[in-house]
Amino acid sequence: MQVQSMHFKQRAGQKLADVRLQKNLRKLAEKFVTARSAAIAELDDFEATRDAAVERRNRVLATLDVWLQTFERNATAHGATVLYAQTHEDAARLIVEIAALHGVRKVTKSKSMVSEEIGLNHAFGAAGITPVETDLGEYILQINDNEAPSHIIAPVIHKDKEEISDLFARVHGLPRKTEITQLTREAREVLRGHFLSADMGVTGANFLIAETGSAAVVTNEGNEGMCTIMPPKVHVVLTGIEKLLPTLEDLATLMRLLPRSATGQQISNYLSLLTGPRRASEVDGPEHMYYVLLDAGRSALIGGEFQEMLRCIRCGACMNHCPVYQNVGGHAYGWVYPGPMGSVLTPAFVGLENAGDLPNASTFCGECAVVCPVKIPLPDLMRKLREQQVERGLRAKRERVALTVWLALARRPRLYALIAALSAHTLSRLAGKTKLLHWLPFGSGWTKGRDMPAPAGRTFRALYRMREQKKSNVGD
Amino acid sequence: MRPEIGFAAIKLLEEAGCEVAVPSAQTCCGQPAYNSGNAANACALAAKTLNEFEPFDYVVVPSGSCAGQIKVHFPQLFENDPQLRARAEQLAARTYELSDFLVSVAPRRSPRAAACGRITYHDSCSGLREMGIKTQPRELLAQAGAELIEMKDCEQCCGFGGTFAVKYGDISGAIVNEKCRHIQATGADAVVLGDLGCMLNIEGRLQRLGDKTRVLHVAQVLAGSA
Repeated sequence: MQVQSMHFKQRAGQKLADVRLQKNLRKLAEKFVTARSAAIAELDDFEATRDAAVERRNRVLATLDVWLQTFERNATAHGATVLYAQTHEDAARLIVEIAALHGVRKVTKSKSMVSEEIGLNHAFGAAGITPVETDLGEYILQINDNEAPSHIIAPVIHKDKEEISDLFARVHGLPRKTEITQLTREAREVLRGHFLSADMGVTGANFLIAETGSAAVVTNEGNEGMCTIMPPKVHVVLTGIEKLLPTLEDLATLMRLLPRSATGQQISNYLSLLTGPRRASEVDGPEHMYYVLLDAGRSALIGGEFQEMLRCIRCGACMNHCPVYQNVGGHAYGWVYPGPMGSVLTPAFVGLENAGDLPNASTFCGECAVVCPVKIPLPDLMRKLREQQVERGLRAKRERVALTVWLALARRPRLYALIAALSAHTLSRLAGKTKLLHWLPFGSGWTKGRDMPAPAGRTFRALYRMREQKKSNVGD
Repeated sequence: MRPEIGFAAIKLLEEAGCEVAVPSAQTCCGQPAYNSGNAANACALAAKTLNEFEPFDYVVVPSGSCAGQIKVHFPQLFENDPQLRARAEQLAARTYELSDFLVSVAPRRSPRAAACGRITYHDSCSGLREMGIKTQPRELLAQAGAELIEMKDCEQCCGFGGTFAVKYGDISGAIVNEKCRHIQATGADAVVLGDLGCMLNIEGRLQRLGDKTRVLHVAQVLAGSA
């Protein structure tokens, strides 16, 4: 997927002007924010569960190489093949090679953000292999000219029912349906044929379990099962190297947090634990199972300032609660991972020079860190990215100059007081009787949608000094 | 910008039996530098602020975000300097947001009626999430006889975010617009809050909408100067 994150500001402006999108984005808070709040209230030990989850994820990251070896040993013992990909291109190439090895023509896919990361559908297309997205949301995007998802768990949150009705009627060539149940049934009927005729299934993994060598996959639609056990000869699990958990017990802990944080569900409809290909005595399951584990910037975060970001379990709570995301939607962020988590992941994975806006596009309200089930200090990490930008001279000159002037003043109290008094006086006079400024030098961003209430004519410092003098005169 | 807030805070503290002093060399705590990624300069201003505030028993701040900078971020800034870090931690322990101080440390205040009609309260982000300010202003306002109507999503950010409001004016404008809709829906005569940034942001948007709802700092209401 091509990185468009440097165009965040411009794209955000377009998204704000999109009336339909704005209406659709309201669903986010109505659905997910309210539901999460109810779902976590049911857990009487939510905080303790979060702490336990943090501890488990940290334990993995502290010795990731050892846990990967353990996972690989156990997965291999169950007959799976574990492959590692250093880059996005490596991962895509490995999967296309697996497909070629088994003579695959059609692939069913169940959602994996990593597959978006590596541009897998594009690689399949180039190799003459047909990929079919089977998550309803991803399917809708695929038939809409391969549109990008705008959310990591609700990929079509930006669309409404009407748009989807139109799209289905156009692409499926069937009478236009308007009820959600009818639309779902129509998609199901189309997908059924694909499930039966595909040779390979590609899924993501929410977690990899080291002690059993299994992939844990969470879905609500159950299509992951269709992709892995209907007919496919081959199942490929594509995910990041950081998705490990040591034990099944750890999975139980994380599963108390993941659906609640993501969709506000107590449990998801399906949780599959996939351990190796079909055994001789079994009737279901793929004949071959592969893991393609992607690094692409992940191991570089280990031991550094951004290691905590690798705890992320991709629940989407941070974006659901972010006032910026709520207003601009996921496409404005310009890459696979939107919202606060994306504002850290995107610069970390694709380079700060390609995503400079993202760590700045936050009010630092802190809600993302409050709702993160694994307590990632997202604003702190964004601030560290801003520090790196300053160190590398990646901020705009005007901004650097403004800040330098401000700091120089703040370190000289008398000059600071003088300039503050002058500015207060001038701005107050400019505002006149209305006491409002409709235009500010260097502040057109502010005055576009609001006025600037003018400062009082005199500063607190000046008035305070007068008051102190008066007091001491009275004292004399 | 709003000297009356400072004087209202002084009045409240004096009524609570405190001796109040404002260090003359005090300027900015350095939060704009810190949040802009300019850690070196933020450190310099933090060290300056430490020097000025250390002689006092308590540091009381009528702003959640400046209080949060001192209490939460000063110690972080001196991560690699054990000596300054220890000093920053000592200062952090004595630093309070105004409403919290008036509830937790110096609760000897004579309640007075707030004369600003029905009010609604906006929870400013740093105050709420860094300083734990939620019940304190509501408690004080109730004591003062104010009629509080809660707005929808009172804990949601108003979109100010320091330089964010200028750099991403469109997004900030959309966020504050929503905040104003929630304020208007309460039908309150005034919105009360504890942070100057949110105050200018919300007031600026309400004024642009031609809405005369007053925007007041909690200190102004409590001191009866609203």
